[in-house]
Amino acid sequence: MTVKHVFLAAFATFVAVSVTTAGPGSGTISGKITYEGTPAKPKSIDMSKEPSCAKQHPTPITTETVVTGPGNSLANVVVYISAGAPDEPPPSTSANFDQKGCQYLPHVLAFQVGQELKISNDDQTSHNIHPLAKINREWNKSQPPGTPPIIDKYDKAEMIPVKCNIHPWMHGTFAVLKNSHYSVSSDDGSFKLPNLPPGKYTVTAYQESYGEMTQDVVIAGGETKTISFVFKAKPY
Amino acid sequence: MEETSVQPTHVHAPPQGFLWKHVFSLDHKVIGKQYYALALVAVFTGMFLSWLMRFHLVWPNTPIPGLQFLSKVGAPGGLITPEYYLSLLTMHGTLMVFFVLTNAPFAAFGNYFLPIQIGAEDMAFPRFNMMSFWTTFLAFLVLMLAFFIPDGPPISGWTAYAPLSAVGGDAGPGLAWGQNLWAISIAIFCAGSLLGALNFIATTIDLRAKGMTFMRMPICTWAWFITSCIALLAFAVLLPACILLILDRTAGTSFFIPSGLVVSDHLQPHSGGSPLLWQHLFWFFGHPEVYIAILPAAGIVSHILINSMRKPLLSAKVIIYSMMSIGFLSYMVWGHHMFLSGMNPASGLAFSFPTLTITIPATIITLIWIGSLYGANLRMDSASLFALGFISMFVTGGVSGFFLAQPSLDIYLHGTYFVVGHFHMVMGVAALFGVFAATYFWFGKMTGHMMNETLGKVHFWLTFIGTYCIFMPFHYLGLVGNIRRYSSFVNDFMGPLMPLHKFITIAALCTGAAQFIFLFNLVYSRFKGPKAPDNPWQGTTLEWTVPSPPPWNNFGDTHPIVYHDPYQYGVKGSKGDFIMQDSPEQATGGVAG
Amino acid sequence: MGKFFAVVLVIIALVSAYPIVTHKYAPPVDISTHGHAIDEQLADTMAEAGLAFLGAQLLLAFFIWKFSGRKEGEKVSAIPSGAKIMVAAAFIFVGTEVLALGVFGQKAWASVYFTAPAADALQVQAQAGQFAFYFRYPGPDGKFGPLHPDKIDEGNANFFGLDPANDVESRDDVVAAEMAIPVNKEIHMLMHAKDVGHSFFIRELRIQQDFVPGLDLSLHFTATKIGKYEIVCTQLCGLGHYNMKAYLNVLSQEDFDKWMKEKIAEQ
Repeated sequence: MTVKHVFLAAFATFVAVSVTTAGPGSGTISGKITYEGTPAKPKSIDMSKEPSCAKQHPTPITTETVVTGPGNSLANVVVYISAGAPDEPPPSTSANFDQKGCQYLPHVLAFQVGQELKISNDDQTSHNIHPLAKINREWNKSQPPGTPPIIDKYDKAEMIPVKCNIHPWMHGTFAVLKNSHYSVSSDDGSFKLPNLPPGKYTVTAYQESYGEMTQDVVIAGGETKTISFVFKAKPY
Repeated sequence: MEETSVQPTHVHAPPQGFLWKHVFSLDHKVIGKQYYALALVAVFTGMFLSWLMRFHLVWPNTPIPGLQFLSKVGAPGGLITPEYYLSLLTMHGTLMVFFVLTNAPFAAFGNYFLPIQIGAEDMAFPRFNMMSFWTTFLAFLVLMLAFFIPDGPPISGWTAYAPLSAVGGDAGPGLAWGQNLWAISIAIFCAGSLLGALNFIATTIDLRAKGMTFMRMPICTWAWFITSCIALLAFAVLLPACILLILDRTAGTSFFIPSGLVVSDHLQPHSGGSPLLWQHLFWFFGHPEVYIAILPAAGIVSHILINSMRKPLLSAKVIIYSMMSIGFLSYMVWGHHMFLSGMNPASGLAFSFPTLTITIPATIITLIWIGSLYGANLRMDSASLFALGFISMFVTGGVSGFFLAQPSLDIYLHGTYFVVGHFHMVMGVAALFGVFAATYFWFGKMTGHMMNETLGKVHFWLTFIGTYCIFMPFHYLGLVGNIRRYSSFVNDFMGPLMPLHKFITIAALCTGAAQFIFLFNLVYSRFKGPKAPDNPWQGTTLEWTVPSPPPWNNFGDTHPIVYHDPYQYGVKGSKGDFIMQDSPEQATGGVAG
Repeated sequence: MGKFFAVVLVIIALVSAYPIVTHKYAPPVDISTHGHAIDEQLADTMAEAGLAFLGAQLLLAFFIWKFSGRKEGEKVSAIPSGAKIMVAAAFIFVGTEVLALGVFGQKAWASVYFTAPAADALQVQAQAGQFAFYFRYPGPDGKFGPLHPDKIDEGNANFFGLDPANDVESRDDVVAAEMAIPVNKEIHMLMHAKDVGHSFFIRELRIQQDFVPGLDLSLHFTATKIGKYEIVCTQLCGLGHYNMKAYLNVLSQEDFDKWMKEKIAEQ
């Protein structure tokens, strides 16, 4: 450990503490993601070429590019503060991305710049992980069953489509973000960004098929603001 | 200019100092040994890669200790990934075909013995000769570099079919800088081989000693001469093909890439190219390449067999004419690699006939070898064993060619292990048997020390039986429909074939291990072997008239004069049952040949 | 040493031939209308090549047995007939073999490639891409919608690059990961490569053909036996080559109609 490392670690701790202790007087942005129009029908995935995966899904799974819920809600939408919050150092926890039953779990994985990304293969077959990064370095690695997890990290913020070259139906997204204020909408489309100091923020919602929407939000101390995003769905 | 004179004297001064004697030498003998050393490094590397592949195929979940240090990405935890398997496969094929099968029987022994056998002091262009070796060496370094870059070695096979090899990193690991290095390496290799081939041709035509007419050249000299003519045309096609590939990959051209390709979700910015163009150019080189590997071996085997039999072949002329017609036909058959490639089906027939026809001269050669054994006084030493083993392998690999020459059978057998068995037998193992035979035969001449015969025989038996155990079952696998170039067998039909695969792997590990006996023999004999006499095998050709090893200018200050056909065996000569080529005595009671 | 060599060579030749003669390793049973011609050709070639193999190896072994280990200086001799008989034998035996296999053997090739598909053959489009096959049926309108490579979206199961928003013909196209076909019905298969070169091989159907990017080929065949058969890729196409496969599902006409109905309902 050099002096520089000690300094950086101390600085990181300081920032982390200051973020988490923003408790009293900090605000929250929450809300719901919905769509209007007719979204494409999810298509069932035929995994017959990979029997060890196919038998894990008694009823075939469907495509996950658009996942809808009751009340026109949209799941798997990344909501994050794109402007107004400072960049933050990564947490010490790792973001886990699993391959199970020839499916990515989770389908959308949000994590921070510099955060450890841990990719594991729970299947009996080889997988290939090919994040199609444009700003970051693109890589393409296979992971046979029984090999150790792939550990990596990203240096720049980017929405990265991820695919498995061996199983073409496996697609997912890495959302690499600059700060810890993010949320991936749940099955009912809800999201929550807590612990925000008072200020003016730009909130962005990203859906892998429909793209981005943004809103500016001003919150005062202790306030909880509710906002909503409505994406336009297309049948095809 | 020495090069232009008919009978050059002292084409170059005797070398001074270690560097000029052993490294940047102009001496064809040193260059020949350098080629041999390079091939030796390449063949053991290639063999090691095949071990890894065979091991992975049958024990895919058993980590190979330490392999993760060679490639952390390719073998995480010592387990080989699918792409690393293909990297090993590509490098194995490229090393073996280019740096072993082209270098060892042709460039190494050709360099060493062609000038001596025609009574020349050196090659026609010694400086070119040195350049062609160092160019080839550079090609080797560039290729091996692919193991050490983050992208890893290419995964498109030694055939590098476009567009897989042409679209770049989108198509998979190893296809960015790995494939670039491959294409650059092969282009450099072509340049080196072109220089070498030109040199061989010029030397053979211009520098023959007095009395050495074309028909008095030994059969192996003929084989090297014919091979260099083939190589000149073949590498001249592969070189531009590689350049076009490099342009497609780096300069945005579209020679081999059509429009509308979506690779890894990226629409490729190319249009108008043809993947078939690469296949035509590649196989226009690729098929003659088979003969570049096998003809020198066939020539060497003829040369050794005659010596072991103590009698000439039934007809050396027929063998030479057959070799020529094989060389000629080799340019008319490349399409048999492409029966199912989408060519007009009529061209399948057009390519099938010359391919089947090529078996006629090949059969003639084989029958002459076997027929010549009748009435021989056969000596069974290591060189002779490998020469006879060569004939057996050549037959076995040849008959499976009958199947693959027919487009209708290609519908079933193309892309299966049957093909792998076929070309390993006829091109790989047979040519290597030629190299082994040549090594045991000429080692004494090249180093001044004889090789150990007992170790040689042990090496032969393990290798001969071992290679049959490895490559014969490949044909059976192919008949069942086992696809080649699969890194793992996840197919439904594979279960019952696994025992056979395990057998092959064990045979491959054992046969590979037996090669270390050869390596030991080579190194040990080089230093500790008994001193080699000038003519240990009672040979007749000019290499046996010079000391072992020959001086830097081969014949000292004399110029040999040739009086005979190369193979005056089975006669009454003053030294025994043979008369040397440079001896003016006349044969009495020779064998009708 | 020579006699030992001869014995080993004879053993190798016989052991090598044994699994062939006993059909221990043989192609699976043919289920196509044209495959018998290929099988006959394979059997004929096996017989001729097998005889050549055994003949040459045994003769080599015999001569080595007889003419090795003789005494130093023993007189050598040549086969009385000389080289001419060898050349003649090669021309007569191999020449006949070449003609026989070359000329008569073309029947099998011609049966696959030189006949036109029947006008009422069922059209199926097969697409090969890294590393899966997908199949497309024209749907009730009998027309394939056009392909737009820029619209390919695998995460959304748009493997072919269809644009149903703008192409009416595409809306009812049936896309499947298995190739279902009715038994005893001629299939006219259109082949399209999405990215790099691939190949289409069904062992039981005796069908193999490359997918060439930029060159859409077609092939026709008839399957005669109900069942599921593996379709594999035989052209090196990248890291997932070993795992590039699909199934040919040969169904009775009724089952096929039912399958098609379900698939149309899914679209």
